Amino acid sequence: MSVQPTAQAELTAPLYNFAYLDEQTKRMIRRTILKAIAIPGYQVPFGSREMPVPYGWGTGGIQVTASIIGRSDVFKCIDQGADDTTNAVSIRRFFAKIAEVAVTESTAEATIIQTRHRIPEKDLQEGQVMVFQVPQPEPLRGLEPRETETRAMHAYEEYGLQYVSLYESVSAYRRIAATASYPVIVDERYLMSPSPIPKFDNPKLHMSPALMLFGAGREKRIYAVPPYTRVRSLDFEDYPFETQRWDDVCALCGAEESYLDEVVLDDQGNRMFVCSDSNHCGERRAEGHVGPMVDHALAGATS
Amino acid sequence: MSPLDLSAVKPGFADPVHQSQAVFRQVMQAMSRPGTRARLDLDVKPPEGLDAAAAAFALTFLDIDTPVWLSPALAGGETETFIRFHCGCPVTQSPASAAFAFAGRDTASAPLSAFNPGSEKYPDQSTTLVLACSAFDGGPQLVLEGPGIKLVAVISPVGLPATFIEDWRQNQARFQCGVDLVLTCGSEAICLPRSIRIELKGA
Amino acid sequence: MAYVAVKGGEQAITNAHALLAEDRRGSRDVPEVGVDQIRAQLSLAVDRVMGEGSCYDRDLAALAIKQSRGDLPEAIFLLRAYRTTLPRFGFSDPIATEQMAVRRRVSAAFKDIPGGQVLGPTFDYTHRLLDFALAAEGGHLPEPAAMAEAPLADDLPTIASVFSHEDLLEHETPALDAAEPYDLTREPMQFPATRDQRLQALARGDEGFLLSLAYSSQRGWGSTHPLCGEIRLGDVSVEFTPPELGFPIELADLTVTECTMLSEFEGSMEHPPQYARGYGLTFGHCERKAMSMAIVDRALKAAENAVDQVHPVQDEEFVLYHSDNVEASGFVQHLKLPHYVDFQASLQFVRKLRREWAEARSAKEAAE
Repeated sequence: MSVQPTAQAELTAPLYNFAYLDEQTKRMIRRTILKAIAIPGYQVPFGSREMPVPYGWGTGGIQVTASIIGRSDVFKCIDQGADDTTNAVSIRRFFAKIAEVAVTESTAEATIIQTRHRIPEKDLQEGQVMVFQVPQPEPLRGLEPRETETRAMHAYEEYGLQYVSLYESVSAYRRIAATASYPVIVDERYLMSPSPIPKFDNPKLHMSPALMLFGAGREKRIYAVPPYTRVRSLDFEDYPFETQRWDDVCALCGAEESYLDEVVLDDQGNRMFVCSDSNHCGERRAEGHVGPMVDHALAGATS
Repeated sequence: MSPLDLSAVKPGFADPVHQSQAVFRQVMQAMSRPGTRARLDLDVKPPEGLDAAAAAFALTFLDIDTPVWLSPALAGGETETFIRFHCGCPVTQSPASAAFAFAGRDTASAPLSAFNPGSEKYPDQSTTLVLACSAFDGGPQLVLEGPGIKLVAVISPVGLPATFIEDWRQNQARFQCGVDLVLTCGSEAICLPRSIRIELKGA
Repeated sequence: MAYVAVKGGEQAITNAHALLAEDRRGSRDVPEVGVDQIRAQLSLAVDRVMGEGSCYDRDLAALAIKQSRGDLPEAIFLLRAYRTTLPRFGFSDPIATEQMAVRRRVSAAFKDIPGGQVLGPTFDYTHRLLDFALAAEGGHLPEPAAMAEAPLADDLPTIASVFSHEDLLEHETPALDAAEPYDLTREPMQFPATRDQRLQALARGDEGFLLSLAYSSQRGWGSTHPLCGEIRLGDVSVEFTPPELGFPIELADLTVTECTMLSEFEGSMEHPPQYARGYGLTFGHCERKAMSMAIVDRALKAAENAVDQVHPVQDEEFVLYHSDNVEASGFVQHLKLPHYVDFQASLQFVRKLRREWAEARSAKEAAE
């Protein structure tokens, strides 16, 4: 989207600052990030700006990335774990346009990884930064709509409402029902939403070598989990935290330990499961791993 | 505000967009790995009393929205002129009103308790204090542990006030409130977020 | 159906943009609509986009409307995003609506007020009959409106000054310690909200949302029984006092619509009963919005002191958090983004529950 000049209006196409945001906005966000790191898991309010991408579509992640990114960075952007879902493509194109930065699909090569709803399968390294797109930063929002109330709960470490909610799901389903956006406690203090990642990914937050930054543009909050920080998924002694498991392996690369997407093949109930992490799957296939449906049409089209 | 004497003011960043980004990344990395040393931009010729790292930090983070407090060693001199000119930030006499505070070698004039620790509901609205150290080696050995530190980290800066360990203990005790610290020495910086515990080695 | 490789995402987006541009232009047999035409002849759309876009520029708003194919929330978003890129250099002095060059000014509170009831250009008393003459080829050139015999009075006092003689209207006093008004374009909302924050949020807020809330308040879902003290439409000058100069300079003239709603009187031990007021202000000519804003402002003000905040219009967080249509549209429409990873987590869970349910069922039947 750009402003096109017209004869009558004498409008000129604006020249954009590096990484789109003006320096004052970047400074404001950078200050916010610093405080977020100093208070792990606490949601810092910030003056989120309207971006060329709609609120709800990753503006928080985009503003965080735009404030930290530099010319020597290598940028990866994924959505649902894949580099080539449309919104990931759109955001990657945005940064290619407004910052002279190299882009990659390789988790290992990336210095900044912006993500929606997944953490890559590959272990992250020191120096890497994960930037999460967060729709609802407040883990208690579904239980308490009022910001005035939830702010007090965090201030006074009163998280009873969350435990009651988990307990109620145990009563109803004989297990904790949350499957994504599974609430965690950071450094044994703040209750935090890890963003809508599946609970499968929660363990990757604990004592990670990487810095995790969370940006919620519409709700105007930034929060952080520093590297090597304790992150504990809530549970009960008799109902301990469990991650998801599948009966199938990845149809293309045979992976047994990765998060799988379900692909509907036809209207007769046939389906196959493939790695959600497209880079992980591609690298495994390049290394020679094969899955039961590796000859399927999909295989030839991926890297 | 008194008019600035700009006759001798040192230049700021030659390339503000990219230099401030580079400095910020170093500081962000240092704050997320407390105890590690960040090398801040070397091209800055700092004003009298300020380390190059502190000058680079100021140019990166301060602006019209951030009131700044300067210790007696820095107030009214070249540093104040430098900061007011390049950053456009208001200078406050009240440490408790400062978003950022800088102390030179007179680190004892800037006790942690004087600054804004934030409130329980808004712990982020707190001061970040930048203290100058004469060296990063040779001082008492401080053992750090907490978020960002794999097991422990050890630093031995020279120039912190004698009461630092106790001051920090009190700062830490009121977590989530607290003051966050940046130590500078020449072109290097070490960050100490309020979330970490500090003990004297052998204590 | 074979699984289609998602690698096409980048090309798909490019193609979608091309298709969109084609649909926007429409048939080449039809002349392209000009930004100047939108600006001149769809001026009420332009005014709404400026107000909710928080950017007073008729050309930009008209362009945004053209680019968005007439989808006003989309145009508002375009203008807001553009505004983000503009440098900020300060706050203007407050505009003086009592000195407005008035085009329209009416009051329901009094039969007549100094300066008179000036109807101006209004739809109010039109009969809503589609005028097919407007569709005719060659356009419809209206007869020029006849000039009045005498010009408007120089002085058209506001309703506030009319009431001030008897001190019947509550005073609006600015907070003494606030140097600058709260600026929602640079700070996130904070609760409880101060009045400046509230008014700014309402000024940028979606007209439809505020209209419905105001309506609900009138129908009993809230305790506002508003009376329209005054609506005025006209031009005011915007002045800015640069710190280096120390005196105000005139930057521009803006057209604004201002509405003052009067509400039930309140009194206490300290002061005698006075009418309370609600305030609405918009860029351009947006009466429905200005009136709705004033009603909602009054309802929220009343709710500040109320014991029960039962109704939606009285709930400050509910009203202010959901009034921004850029945020609302973004979040509602984000549901179109892929959510299959979280859905897979949910599917897994549901399937597990169903299996267990079936097992328990068959175990029960076997036992019987």
